[in-house]
Amino acid sequence: MKKFLALFLVAVMTLGCMTMFASCGDNTDGKGMTESPLPAPEIKGTVEIPAEFKIGFIFLHDENSTYDANFINAANAVKKALNLSDDQVIMKKNIAESDDCYNAAIELADKGCKVVFADSFGHESFMLQAAQARPDTEFCHATGTLAHTAGVPNYHNAFANIYEGRYLAGIVAGLKLNEMIENGTITADKAVMGYVGAFTYAEVISGLTSTYLGAKSVCPSVTMKVQFTGSWYAEDLEQEAATALINAGAVLMSQHADSMGAPSACEIAGVPDVSYNGSTFDACPETFLVSSAINWAPYFQLIIESAVKGEAIPADWCGGIKEGSVVLSGINEDAAAEGSLKAVEDAIAEFKAGTLHVFDTSKDNFITVNGQKLTTYMADVNTDANYEKDTEAIKNGYFAESEYRSAPYFDLTIDGIEFLNSKF
Amino acid sequence: MKNPKNKEQNAEVREPLIHITKRDMSTVKRSITVRAIAILAALVLAGIATMLLTKNNPIKVYASFFEGAFGSSTQVWSTMKNLALLLGISLAITPAYRMRFWNTGAEGQVLIGCLATAFMMWKFNTSIESGSMPEWLLILLMLVVAVVSGIIWGVIPAIFKAQWGTNETLFTLMMNYVAIQLIEYFLKVADRSGSNTVGPTILRHGWLPEFGISRYLIGIIVVALLTVFMYIYLRYSKHGYEIAVVGESENTARYIGISVKKVIIRTMALSGALCGLMGFLIVAGNTHSIDPDLVAGRGFTAIMVSWLAKFNPLYMLLTSFLLVFLSQGATEVSTSFGLNDDYSEIVTGIILFFIIGCEFFLNYEVHINRSRLAAIFGRKPAADEAEKEAE
Repeated sequence: MKKFLALFLVAVMTLGCMTMFASCGDNTDGKGMTESPLPAPEIKGTVEIPAEFKIGFIFLHDENSTYDANFINAANAVKKALNLSDDQVIMKKNIAESDDCYNAAIELADKGCKVVFADSFGHESFMLQAAQARPDTEFCHATGTLAHTAGVPNYHNAFANIYEGRYLAGIVAGLKLNEMIENGTITADKAVMGYVGAFTYAEVISGLTSTYLGAKSVCPSVTMKVQFTGSWYAEDLEQEAATALINAGAVLMSQHADSMGAPSACEIAGVPDVSYNGSTFDACPETFLVSSAINWAPYFQLIIESAVKGEAIPADWCGGIKEGSVVLSGINEDAAAEGSLKAVEDAIAEFKAGTLHVFDTSKDNFITVNGQKLTTYMADVNTDANYEKDTEAIKNGYFAESEYRSAPYFDLTIDGIEFLNSKF
Repeated sequence: MKNPKNKEQNAEVREPLIHITKRDMSTVKRSITVRAIAILAALVLAGIATMLLTKNNPIKVYASFFEGAFGSSTQVWSTMKNLALLLGISLAITPAYRMRFWNTGAEGQVLIGCLATAFMMWKFNTSIESGSMPEWLLILLMLVVAVVSGIIWGVIPAIFKAQWGTNETLFTLMMNYVAIQLIEYFLKVADRSGSNTVGPTILRHGWLPEFGISRYLIGIIVVALLTVFMYIYLRYSKHGYEIAVVGESENTARYIGISVKKVIIRTMALSGALCGLMGFLIVAGNTHSIDPDLVAGRGFTAIMVSWLAKFNPLYMLLTSFLLVFLSQGATEVSTSFGLNDDYSEIVTGIILFFIIGCEFFLNYEVHINRSRLAAIFGRKPAADEAEKEAE
C-alpha cells in the first residue's frame, strides 16, 4: 500500500513538473520586464541612531509566508540602510494571535526596545494591552483599526493606500482588454475580469474595486466576477477559484490571496494576470502583467527615527505613493498591451499632483450602485460592538478611502462587479 | 543449518550476534543514569548540529536556551503557564490511556471548552456592563458550561465504543475537526471585522482574577491540585483500579464483575470534563481570546507526555517540563541567532529521539554474543573451535 502510494505520488509530481515546464518554458526571445514605474525609494537616514537603540518585531509566521516575508524584507532593508546591528533589531517569528503576542511584546519592551511592531490583524488587541502595560515604549501595529479611537498615546496603527497601486495595475489590465477587443479576440461586452479574493472584508473589497476602476478608466465596458476562497493562503482553493472564473468567461485575472494558485492557473490557461505582493514573472512569463505591493520600509524608518528624535509617532498613519509605501513591479512587455508603461506613468503623475481620485463618485458612468451615482455613504470607521456605520465617507466628489482611518473601509458592491460566492 | 546433527549444535549455530531480552524491572538508579546519559548525549549532538549549521558557539546557544525559559519574569511565567497547560491536558487524558482508550480528541475536547467559555463571555458582555449580572456568576457559568461541553465531546465517542465497539481513535480524531469548525463559525459571528481571532476587546468580562501577581496564577494552582488528585485517583481509588484492570484485559474485568461499559463511559466523562476545565482556564485565565489554533497541538503532545511518564502524574510533571523548556529555549535561540522556527523543531526532534530511544534500554537488555563477534572480526579458528566443542 505504502509502495503504491509512493509510486502514485512520484507519478503525480513528475506530471506536475512536466506541465510546469511545458507551460512556463524559458522565454529568452521575449522583451521581458520594463523598469518599475513606481520602485521602492532608496532609504536615506535623517538622524544618527544611537548604539543602544533597539526595535522589536513580532511576525505571525516566518519568511515562508509571502505576507510576513513582505514585512521581514522591509525590516531587513531598513536595518541595512540605517546601519543597525543584529542586537538592535530583534525579530520574533511565529507568534500566535493570543497572549503569546502580549508576552512577546512585553518581553521586547523589557529587553530595551524603544519601538515594538506587530504585523498581523489579530495581534491588535494584545498589542493594545501591552501598550497600556508599558507606557514608555511605542507599540505599532499594521492593518489595525483601534488606535485612532483608543486614546492610548503610545499605541499606533499603520497601513498604505494600496488601492492606488491596485488602480495603477488595473490600468494595465484595462489596456490589455482593449487590445483583445481591437484584435477581435473578444467583443467589448465580453471584457470580463476574474478576481480571486480571500474574504469579503473591506480590505479585499476595496482592493478589487480599485483594480476594477483602474481597468474601467481605460476600458468602459469591463465587468468583474469575483470568487472568494475563505482563506488567506490556500494554493488549491485559489487555483480552483481561478479555473472556475476562467470557465465562467473571465479573460483576465487578478487576485488578493497569498499563494501562487491563481497565477499558475492563469499561466496554464494562457490568461493574463495582475498579481499582488510581488512579481510572479519568473514562474509565469507568458501571462504576468504587473503587480502592486505595500512597501513597509518607509513606515519602519519613520517609527525608528521618530523614537530616536523623541517625536510623536502618528496614531494612525497611511503611506501613499508620495511616501514610497505603494510600489509596482515592472510591466511584462511580452504580455501587456503597448503603451501600458506610459499610461501608468501618467496616472502616477496625477496621483502625485493630487488630481486623481480612485473612488471618484462625480464622474459619469464610473461608480454606480443600482444604477445610481453615489452621493452619500456612511462607513464603519470607528470600531464598536454593534458595527455602527459612523462616518460620512464621501466628500468633494470622491469616497475618501483610508483618510479617516488607515485600514480600508470601502465595502460597497458597485455595478459591474458580481460576487459568484459571498459566504466568506 | 539444514539437518542439524543434534539439538545442542542447532542452538549454538542459531545464536545471533545480538539478542535482546526484556528486563524485569529497572532500578531507580539505573533509570536515572540512563535518562541522564540520553539527555546529555542529545544536548551534545544538538550542539554539534548547531555549530555545524550555524557556526555559532554552542555554549552561547545553550545559554540562550536557559535565557528563553528563565531569562526574565515574563519568561518564567510564560514557561510556568505552558507547563501548566501541557501538564493539565496530559493529566486529563491519562485515565483514558490507562484504560487503553486511544483518545486522540483531547485537542477538540479542550477547544470545545474554550469555545463554551468564550461564547458565554461574548453572550453576557452587555449584562455585566449594565450591571444585571455579577462577574462571579458569569465566571461560574463559564466554568460549568465549559466542563459540560468537554464531557459531551468526550462521552459521545465513549458511548459508541462501549455500545457498538466503534474505533475510538478515528472517532475522537474527527470530533477535533467539528470543534475547530464550530470555532471558525463563532469567529464569523462574534467579530465581523474579519479577524482570525476574537480577542480581549470583545471578550471583555469573565476574566479570572490576577491577585496582582499574574493572570496565569490560578491556572497553575489548579493544575498543581489536579496533579495530586490524579495521582491519588489512579493509585488509591476503586475507580483507578477498575481503569487499570479494564486497560490490561477487558475479559478479566468482566470476569471479576466490573461493568466495562460503565467504566469506559465514566472515565471518558472525567477526561472530557478535565479537558473542558483546561479550555476554561485557557480562555478565562490566559488569553481572553479564542482562535482555532489556541491549543496549538498540545492535545497530541499530551499523549506523548502521558506515555513517556507511564501514566505517573509525578513523572508527567518532569516530561512536560522538559518539552516546554525545549520549545521555549529553542524559540529564543532562533530569535537571537536569526534562525527560523525550523531550527527549534530540529533541536526538539533530536532530544526527543534520545529520550524516547533510551526507554528501549530501560525496558530491554542487549546481549552481544562475543564468540560470534570474534568470528566476524576474522578470528575464524576460534569460531571453529567453539563449534567443535559443541560437537
